Amino acid sequence: MADVTLAPPAEVTVVIDGREVKAQPGELIIDAAERAGIFIPRFCYHPRMKPVGMCRMCLVELSGPRGPSLQPACFVSVADGQEIATASPAARKAQEGVLEFLLLNHPLDCPVCDKGGECPLQDQAVSHGPAESRFIEEKRHFAKPIALGPLTLLDRERCIQCARCTRFAEEIAGEPLIDFFGRGDEIEVAIFPDREFTSYFSGNTVQICPVGALTSVPYRFRSRPWDLEQVETTCTYCAVGCRVALQSSAGRVVRMLGVDSEPVNQSWLCDRGRYGFESIHAPERLGEPMLRFEGGDLQPVAWHEALREVAAGLRQALSTAGPESIGVIGGARLANEDQYAWSKLARSVIGTDNVDAQLGDGLPAELVLSLPQATIDQACGAKVVVLLAGDLREELPVLHLRLRTAAAHHGLKIVDCSPVPTALAGLAAATVSSRPGEAAKLAAALVAPPGEVPEVEGVAPTAIESAREALLGVDPSQIVVVVGRASLAESAASASATAAIFATAWPGARFLVALRRANVRGALEMGLAPGMLPGRVPLEAGRSLLEAQWGHLPPSAGLDARGMLEAAAAGELKALVLLGADPLSDFPDRALATRALEAVPFLVAIDTHPSVSVLLADVVLPAAGFGERAGTTTNVEGRVTRLAQKAVPPGVARPDWVIASEIAERLGSNLGFDHLEGIWEEIERLAPAYRGATLGAVYGLAGMDGVVVPVEAVALGSPLSSRARRPIDPIATPGIHSVDEQGAPLAAGLSVIPGGDVAESEEVEEEAGEGLPPGEAQPATAGRPGMVELDSRRWPAPGAPVVDSYSLRLVARRRLYDYGTLVQMAPSLKGLAEAPGVRMRLAELEKLGVASGDEVRVRSPHAEIVLPAVADDDVPQGVALLAVSSGPADEPGASSLIDSGEAVATVRIDTLDGKGGADG
Amino acid sequence: MAHLSADNQQRAEAIVALYPERRSALVPLCHLAQAEEGHLTEEAMEDIATLCGISPAEVRGTASFYDMLHLEPVGKYVLAVCTNIACMLQGAYEVLEHAEATLGIRTGQTTPDGMFTIEEAECLAGCDQAVCVQVNHRFFGPVDEEGFDRLVDDLAAGRLEETVPPHGVLSRVSREVDLEAPAVGGEQV
Ligand code: SF4
Ligand code: SF4
Ligand code: FES
Ligand code: FES
Repeated sequence: MADVTLAPPAEVTVVIDGREVKAQPGELIIDAAERAGIFIPRFCYHPRMKPVGMCRMCLVELSGPRGPSLQPACFVSVADGQEIATASPAARKAQEGVLEFLLLNHPLDCPVCDKGGECPLQDQAVSHGPAESRFIEEKRHFAKPIALGPLTLLDRERCIQCARCTRFAEEIAGEPLIDFFGRGDEIEVAIFPDREFTSYFSGNTVQICPVGALTSVPYRFRSRPWDLEQVETTCTYCAVGCRVALQSSAGRVVRMLGVDSEPVNQSWLCDRGRYGFESIHAPERLGEPMLRFEGGDLQPVAWHEALREVAAGLRQALSTAGPESIGVIGGARLANEDQYAWSKLARSVIGTDNVDAQLGDGLPAELVLSLPQATIDQACGAKVVVLLAGDLREELPVLHLRLRTAAAHHGLKIVDCSPVPTALAGLAAATVSSRPGEAAKLAAALVAPPGEVPEVEGVAPTAIESAREALLGVDPSQIVVVVGRASLAESAASASATAAIFATAWPGARFLVALRRANVRGALEMGLAPGMLPGRVPLEAGRSLLEAQWGHLPPSAGLDARGMLEAAAAGELKALVLLGADPLSDFPDRALATRALEAVPFLVAIDTHPSVSVLLADVVLPAAGFGERAGTTTNVEGRVTRLAQKAVPPGVARPDWVIASEIAERLGSNLGFDHLEGIWEEIERLAPAYRGATLGAVYGLAGMDGVVVPVEAVALGSPLSSRARRPIDPIATPGIHSVDEQGAPLAAGLSVIPGGDVAESEEVEEEAGEGLPPGEAQPATAGRPGMVELDSRRWPAPGAPVVDSYSLRLVARRRLYDYGTLVQMAPSLKGLAEAPGVRMRLAELEKLGVASGDEVRVRSPHAEIVLPAVADDDVPQGVALLAVSSGPADEPGASSLIDSGEAVATVRIDTLDGKGGADG
Repeated sequence: MAHLSADNQQRAEAIVALYPERRSALVPLCHLAQAEEGHLTEEAMEDIATLCGISPAEVRGTASFYDMLHLEPVGKYVLAVCTNIACMLQGAYEVLEHAEATLGIRTGQTTPDGMFTIEEAECLAGCDQAVCVQVNHRFFGPVDEEGFDRLVDDLAAGRLEETVPPHGVLSRVSREVDLEAPAVGGEQV
């Protein structure tokens, strides 16, 4: 039999309003029209969600075999030869009719509505609606607004039932906590009684609601759209680096909106990022330098006094104990340029290699920078993602959202190997929990050849089998490993060894290193790690080049954060600079951090907010924070994007690179920087990984999505990002036309004049497929001499810890809302931090004879804390799960139980009256 | 307020097993739960959400769409008077007003003794017996004011217990799911 396969046509031609338009087969009419510059009105359609055809606003007239008919343009795909009229008399009449219907019950309270001025309903009523309504009856009334959750308010009278919010909650976030209730004109968006819309992604529903039905608590009544100014920048509340529109009014940041960056956040944000800006204007913000005076109090002083004191303190340490007695901890808060300046200051001026941007909660820089990199797109387009990290929903929320979408809708298989299943486990092809501290053993079992699969103690062989099945026959180049610190209660060695095992067994596999702090990747790239120079170059490999350029380099590799804290506690470290670091809250060994900060003779803190660690400093220098300084930042996948400034720093706070330059000067040297761009040029020139990432590439318009370093050979001026920005969801903000007119435009293509043209947007240039490019992952070092290369032998598996049968292994994880400075200084987020508790299986509670909610004593060899116990059968046997930073910063929490020197922390749990434990 | 009984929990699992997708069992499970309490309790909706692998808000959203599912407590007998065209012409509004007057409640309310709820219904497809009154999904008609009084008397006195099960029970026969004899369907309870 003849095998006839009709290849689908590569392209179809349709006629829209008399113009021939080429379209992809299967493309929706609304999208094809938009590319051709023809705007079809719409409410329910959102380009990042499946169409539903709910609102009928997009009715157009289509030619068909049975004559013309009215069809929703968001629901019908193009067909070759089709004629489409978007503004014929019939189409206009239909659109006007739909708008008249939508307005029947609409309260028209625009003057007191947050959306007024940027409202698609207003705009489209003008552009596509009838001038008058024939409805003279009483409108429907509801009590308003009502709270759907802590951050989201609903005005049911304004709702036009487009289902954007409910679809987002279900389809994208996978947390359908809201749904329609009722039917007909009584329909309303509702939560289940006594529950709340607590999704970490709730703010997206407010952003995409096409009317003022959903409003956010932090923005409500704060501003009118025409008073807003905005810039496009990058969210630095975690390392995903979502692109955002930062909007301000009267010099204060009032709102953040997600910008549709194809490779990163695809228009979504998490609520921590969206509403975290509140901390920018917290009354506690550090605005003036402070010195500790005789009586022990911190008092405001002028910059020159504070800087003189810093220089004196550092000189004192230098002269008494040499440069190795000085350390710098932190730097992930900073922009790349700031980090580079500090890296240069520490090494070439002070002369110390004791620099570390990670607080014992990350992974070794050499490993992070030498693993073959995966982009977020590559992870989402892979066949299998092996997950060995903390819960991404808690740590890197929008990365969770991207992976979730890929798994739920595009066939990505996830193998969740974390010690406690993560929020992605529900969608995972396999969930096989590694025993805390023993992930390397599980990795060995996953990569073993068939028939030689070792047994792994504490892991069910069936679970291993199902994970191996998901990986069966998958080419390593189609695997992406998301690796991070799955638990802060186990040493980094475990995660490092696991990554090394995968890298060795799966040549061509790529790694997305899931470190959480905003610009921690940039900090490592810029050399804020012991033994690593800017551009991924180990100290010795880069010595000759950089010594010539910088004038001086320390003779040997320095200490990491733990080493520095230990040295400080032992009295060997004489001066310590905290660069936006709060070791007391964040270092997973609170006792050590406390001893260190108390013992070090000279402590300088450079920060934006007064954390508990800052309050111990001898000198405090105020830094400009998010939204208050320009520069660039590097996200989790190594993408460099531009930071923009929209707010004025409080008081006399300065950017960190300026502070570094000033200190260098006071120490009789000069970093050679007088403007940001100059720093970037030096980075590009001296840091091998950054060669080719020129200012033009990073700042240029083609680079709105930034560039992933190392950039492949690029010709300046060529489009660098894989795609141009789409004019995504032009009816939703940030399509603020009035703002564009005021001269603070976002990228072209974001705004639309209703009824008029879609603002200029570049042609969408599709990359070939979503997935990984064929072939093996190129080593990042290709053609870039000096860059660190992966040496798997450097990362041996740590010895298996011995655990007695009375103890539980501790898993310590981060939560999105914690007691950290940032969340606690954002009034709307503050109360969302969950009360502390230790979670374990119901059976463990029953063994102790306590009920869920009862207080228990959690003891490790280092400390004991009293917490409520919470029954949670998602926690594996033998494990106790605690959130770090889950209590007031001045009280000991999970981190006090951990000894950073151990492979894994173990705890015993007793009742308060001493029953249950072995010795009570 | 109550969760699904142990028996019904078991029945529910069997119903879920009938469908290729768990969530397809949603409406049958709502009826199952309603048969237990006369209306859908919040706890039962939570149970159904777990059984169907969806969220309670979604269960409530779907349940609230259907007139045959009640989310608030109703009387043992729900009297739904059709007021669409055929019934209206035969005096449906008169019957409805009479019902309100004699029972002392408004449409949508329940008598204090928990016996009767009055509702106004759209066409029940009983136009040939207009005015049609539905009692717990059983049809009575034609019903006039007098007939209505008789109907209420009979119900109150328990004379119609054979014909009209308590509200929520759609059918006293369960063919698909039978706890006693799972292999073959059909048992009178
Ligand atoms: S609240 Fe807004 S987004 Fe949700 S259905 Fe109503 S109009 Fe649409
Ligand atoms: S995921 Fe991270 S970068 Fe994105 S909005 Fe949230 S905090 Fe900001
Ligand atoms: S039906 Fe097409 S946009 Fe709503
Ligand atoms: S009109 Fe009353 S049953 Fe049809």
